[in-house]
Amino acid sequence: MESKLTNEQVLEALRAQFANAIGEEEQTIDNYLTVYVDPKSVHEMVKWLFIHDGFRVRFLTNITGVHYPDNEKGKELMVVYHLHSLENNFRIRLKAFLPIDKPEIDSIEDIYSAANWIERETYDFFGIVFKNHPNLKRILNEDSMDYFPMRKEYRVEDGTRQDKDDRFFGR
Amino acid sequence: MNNKESVLSKALSDETMDGQIATLNLGPTHPATHGIFQNVLKVDGEKVLSSEQTVGYIHRAFEKMAERKSYQQITPLTDRLNYCSSPINNIGWQMTVEKLCGIEIPKRVQYLRVIIMELARISDHLVCNSVIGVDSGALTGFTWMFIERERIYDMYEQICGTRLTTNIGRIGGFERDINEKFHTLLKDFIDGFEKRFNEFNALLDRNRIFMDRTIGVGKISAERALNYGFVGPNLRAVGVDYDVRVHSPYSSYQDFEFDIPVGTEGDTYDRFQVRQEEIRQSLRIIKQAYQNLPTEGGYHADAPMFYLPRKENVYNTIEGMIYHFKQVYGEMPYPVGEVYHSVEGGNGELGYYLISDGGRSPYRLQFRRPCFIYYQAYPEMISGQMLSDAVVTLSSLNVIAGELDA
Repeated sequence: MESKLTNEQVLEALRAQFANAIGEEEQTIDNYLTVYVDPKSVHEMVKWLFIHDGFRVRFLTNITGVHYPDNEKGKELMVVYHLHSLENNFRIRLKAFLPIDKPEIDSIEDIYSAANWIERETYDFFGIVFKNHPNLKRILNEDSMDYFPMRKEYRVEDGTRQDKDDRFFGR
Repeated sequence: MNNKESVLSKALSDETMDGQIATLNLGPTHPATHGIFQNVLKVDGEKVLSSEQTVGYIHRAFEKMAERKSYQQITPLTDRLNYCSSPINNIGWQMTVEKLCGIEIPKRVQYLRVIIMELARISDHLVCNSVIGVDSGALTGFTWMFIERERIYDMYEQICGTRLTTNIGRIGGFERDINEKFHTLLKDFIDGFEKRFNEFNALLDRNRIFMDRTIGVGKISAERALNYGFVGPNLRAVGVDYDVRVHSPYSSYQDFEFDIPVGTEGDTYDRFQVRQEEIRQSLRIIKQAYQNLPTEGGYHADAPMFYLPRKENVYNTIEGMIYHFKQVYGEMPYPVGEVYHSVEGGNGELGYYLISDGGRSPYRLQFRRPCFIYYQAYPEMISGQMLSDAVVTLSSLNVIAGELDA
């Protein structure tokens, strides 16, 4: 099934509505519309896409975090939103950078109930705080855990081991 | 948009409470939960008022592990997501990498993959549906259909040597061609399955007890289901015809003719019926794919950079050995970039979001696990219902602990 919307069409409308909050578009291998956005306006943007009559982006595919420890200061963490318009068969991905010392972004739980657990999972693993979330606590890990395990500084294996050298495994 | 509150208060006001409210632990290890997850229920007599879920009992940090493993080594991790239909997970992951690297897959491999994925879907749905039967008191269908599942597992065994956690195929195709035994088993299956399946269907389809236990139980509206991120058979049971195989066809699904069954009510009976019909449609796809299976094309793509060579080539030819070592040590030119690929898993849209920095392992790999997302609707679905209905609803959602906790 072909998509009824083109990337340009949606991007243009988004730029017209949120002039300053829309950053550059990222070219992807699979032609998936990917836009960098201002974290402050993510909630508004998701809501606008939800109620927009033409686009009808009303399905939340996923939310995830990514940690880039080597990025410039204030852009170490990234939240990625995958949204889907089932009627138009159109997908859009929003990316927002957050500073690692104060990673806060508005929750979209009031728009998508599905976001409840996904945001909790993102908080659990990356420490991204979703403001106005009704029940933001750890979900898959233990409550007493005091770090965020998916951040890059936490290694999969025991960091004190001497017999395994990362150089020999490509990383 | 959000009417969680009203659902709860409705449950409270519909019937005046006469007894005391009790707290009941359903799980973590309870035979009726079919996996390790806990529900703390507030019950008034047998009526469920609210539920709080605890998940994460078998969390195994696959996403973290994936950041250290090479692309080939991630396939066995995906087995353990939805272990009722592991080949779909495996092949979905391989297709994600193929999408990233731009590998073109021969038609024959695509058709073989379709056959295997549809077999996996049949076995997944058979387990789910027969378990709904078990939870409503009909054990016969369960034992009857496990024979069919056994036949499917025998076929996996011919392709990859394993049964439950299959690790089927490689990036770029399969590790070996299908053998004579597989052809025989598949032909037998195609010929005999429908008859045996109809016997199972007749046990439950119009069974008065089964209908009384499932109709109107665990209902959810289409709007709420979409808002909760429902996918797969559970979403189609409420009447939304979203199927990844049709919306964004992969592995040549556009070549086959099949119907997408949808329900109307979104209750347990509808979910049962949608899965029953999907089994028939899967069989239809398998028949078409097997009839039209091209003879030419081999069993893997011509992509020596990414396809792990056969062991005999590794030991006997210099190219095989070079490619083997380069792949295992991670010196292959994996493109920098990101892809999202989704397949229609046993429970619906199973997505892989892969960010590659060109290294040996993914920079970040995230699984969109359908169970994890739609299981949060469970309290809303069972509030105000009987405890025994809550159990049937849980099994009809087909929540698989492995996929829930990753």
